[in-house]
Amino acid sequence: MLGLGADRLWADMNRLLAFLFHQGVLDEQFLQLQQLQDESSPNFVSEVVNIYFHESEKLLRNLRSLLMDRELLDYKKMGIHVNQLMGSSSSIGANRVRNVCVAFRAATDQNNRAGCLRALEMLEHEYCYLKNKLHELFQIEQERALAAGVRYPLQN
Amino acid sequence: MGMACESQFHVLAVDDSLIDRKLIERLLKTSSYQVTTVDSGSKALEFLGLRDNDQTDPNTPSVSPHSNQEVDVNLVITDYCMPGMTGYDLLKKIKESSSLRNIPVVIMSSENVPSRISKCLEEGAEEFFLKPVKPDDLNKLRPHMMKTQKLRDQAQKRDEKIETPEIQLAPQSLVEQQHQQSVQIVNTNKRKTVEEGLSLETDRTRTRYNGIATMV
Repeated sequence: MLGLGADRLWADMNRLLAFLFHQGVLDEQFLQLQQLQDESSPNFVSEVVNIYFHESEKLLRNLRSLLMDRELLDYKKMGIHVNQLMGSSSSIGANRVRNVCVAFRAATDQNNRAGCLRALEMLEHEYCYLKNKLHELFQIEQERALAAGVRYPLQN
Repeated sequence: MGMACESQFHVLAVDDSLIDRKLIERLLKTSSYQVTTVDSGSKALEFLGLRDNDQTDPNTPSVSPHSNQEVDVNLVITDYCMPGMTGYDLLKKIKESSSLRNIPVVIMSSENVPSRISKCLEEGAEEFFLKPVKPDDLNKLRPHMMKTQKLRDQAQKRDEKIETPEIQLAPQSLVEQQHQQSVQIVNTNKRKTVEEGLSLETDRTRTRYNGIATMV
């Protein structure tokens, strides 16, 4: 009987989502993403999220190397990267990451090196957490789809 | 029959962010619009067929065969903050172009800056959406596109010297009806930005939202 396993996984998925919303890790924009997914675009959420991961990691690497500069800190360039990360985080509903970006941008506006460093640490932490949780979510969803007998292309 | 809503409207979406392009494309497609996305203002102008000297290039794919004055784009929706040409710059170029100025332009921004919003509306933007854009926001687009389609149809009929006055009655009331609805919805949404202290007291806005009350 296929139904039982799929139902339990469905419940797991919803429990994880509810937890993430409750913790403010995700906000309603993530729900919007899910609503845009349908038969004509069945992998929309994971496609967008994977782009987000790819771009965010690049931005975080850039920010890290800009902050490691022992000489002159390019606050303006950092601000641009932070803005990009802020925008894309907002677009996918990554609420906590977005909020840290706000604090980070304030630090760049004030040319506050220590503040920037603190913000980047927090950003890397929040991003890591988000990525793990979203991977977990996609994992459960894949298992559920398999259990329900639906064919899903496997993401990494 | 020349009913505009039978054919698909074509929207040109401009945003330097890949994620936002994906999002807006999906949003527009679920509303049954045909979508083209570009990642810069200059590419948008290229697609619209605008050359540096403000002459349309008759060989660009987007120019309609009826007249090299018209393009096959019914609406441009653009991000405000883009490197190089901003959404505002793009808006200005479109409105300054004799061939493109009738195309409705909508601006999107992740930042709620009242002076930015009024600047764009004064320059001729039909709407200003705060990002992330919601499906509800997109409902406001159709009336603008239908209005332009109607103008275009009328111009076309004038060109072809065909007189069919009786056909115009039905589409007109439909457009006006939807315009009324869209104005009310816009008013409610604009409250979001109005509450931040914006006062949209430009002549343009006043004439457009004629008769609708409180803009606090």
